Amino acid sequence: MRLAIASGKGGTGKTTVAVNLAACIPEPVMLLDCDVEEPNCHVFLSPEIDRTERCTLPYPVVDDSRCTRCGACSALCQYNAIVSLKTRTMVFPELCHGCGGCAEICPERAITEARREIGTISAGSGRGLSFGQGLLDVGQTMSPPLIRGVQRRAADEGTTILDCPPGTSCPVITAVRGSDYVVLVAESSPFGLNDLKLAVETMRLMGIPCGCVINRANPLERRVADYCRQERIPVLAEIPEDRKAAEAYARGLLLAEALPDFRERFENLYRRILEEISRREAAAGDQPAYGGETA
Amino acid sequence: MKICVSSRGDSLDSMVDPRFGRAAQFIIYDTETGSFEAVSNAQGINASQGAGIQAAETVSNLGATALITGHCGPQASRTLQAAGIAVYSGADGLTVGQALDKFKDGQLEAAGSSDVSGHWK
Repeated sequence: MRLAIASGKGGTGKTTVAVNLAACIPEPVMLLDCDVEEPNCHVFLSPEIDRTERCTLPYPVVDDSRCTRCGACSALCQYNAIVSLKTRTMVFPELCHGCGGCAEICPERAITEARREIGTISAGSGRGLSFGQGLLDVGQTMSPPLIRGVQRRAADEGTTILDCPPGTSCPVITAVRGSDYVVLVAESSPFGLNDLKLAVETMRLMGIPCGCVINRANPLERRVADYCRQERIPVLAEIPEDRKAAEAYARGLLLAEALPDFRERFENLYRRILEEISRREAAAGDQPAYGGETA
Repeated sequence: MKICVSSRGDSLDSMVDPRFGRAAQFIIYDTETGSFEAVSNAQGINASQGAGIQAAETVSNLGATALITGHCGPQASRTLQAAGIAVYSGADGLTVGQALDKFKDGQLEAAGSSDVSGHWK
């Protein structure tokens, strides 16, 4: 089973949920940190890393003596990474997503591929968990290929938990794709609600079922809970605003280990996720698969 | 010769669009006939990335050999240079007609390289 922990807004507690959930569910568990621009699961797990590899991406190299400036490559590339001018054909490697389309479409076979490094994938284990993460090189902007590299480490057996980047753009789409269920971590501020709505719309478009965890829950701020009820999005857990939790987090501790009542919360969260998945599977015979339910 | 001016609108009275890559339109002015045409830069505006490169290709395909604009980033600048197009930046705040008059009077200075940095460097 593959569970993605995502959010619209940043800083809502994805990593807190991901690492604590991973620590509280039956083995074997693999935790993959897919937030490759700022991976931080390792802070809480202190894993021993035993394998690292560099992640590379292909980019085109044009043989000027064969290129006729026909413009086929330029017209194909949606990322403006290759441009065919009357004078010469230019390549911008840092814009290239590595699809290989230009080399394929070139009628003169003037394009070959070179590779550039974009980041590092590392793997290891800690606290009984298998662990993997990606780290994008400083100055690089193209994280999806690196995220896919991290995902290839996902285990076939047991549970794989993916800590995703925030937002709703390409890195998030890449990180949640292929998941059985997405847990959206939200806070009840106006920004938190706004960005949760964007994330829910994204999951619905992708057809991935999702539920919500309300973090730093406050009995006086119910806008996220109200929205979830209206949209029939299950609230899987509420994590209360708690100074002890903040202190444990700031020391790099797992809440599930430092605070016994938090362990119970994450065990309950896992049970709720399983219930939601089986409820959906039972209903799947009656209706087509759809990410979340409309009111 | 053909001169391209990045423009907010489709006439010589339109303001120069200070942005090159994501300019609304390009006015292509023919110095020999005094005629002009307005060309949409929809491809540049809608580009997910590399708008300046896309716009430079558009300008090159339109046959212009000089560009008047507000500002030009590093990738657009490299592409325009490779296409043999001379760049005159700093026409911010002028109408297209005023910018062309200044150009004809030799009052616009050619930019050696980009005058603004890329947005993710």
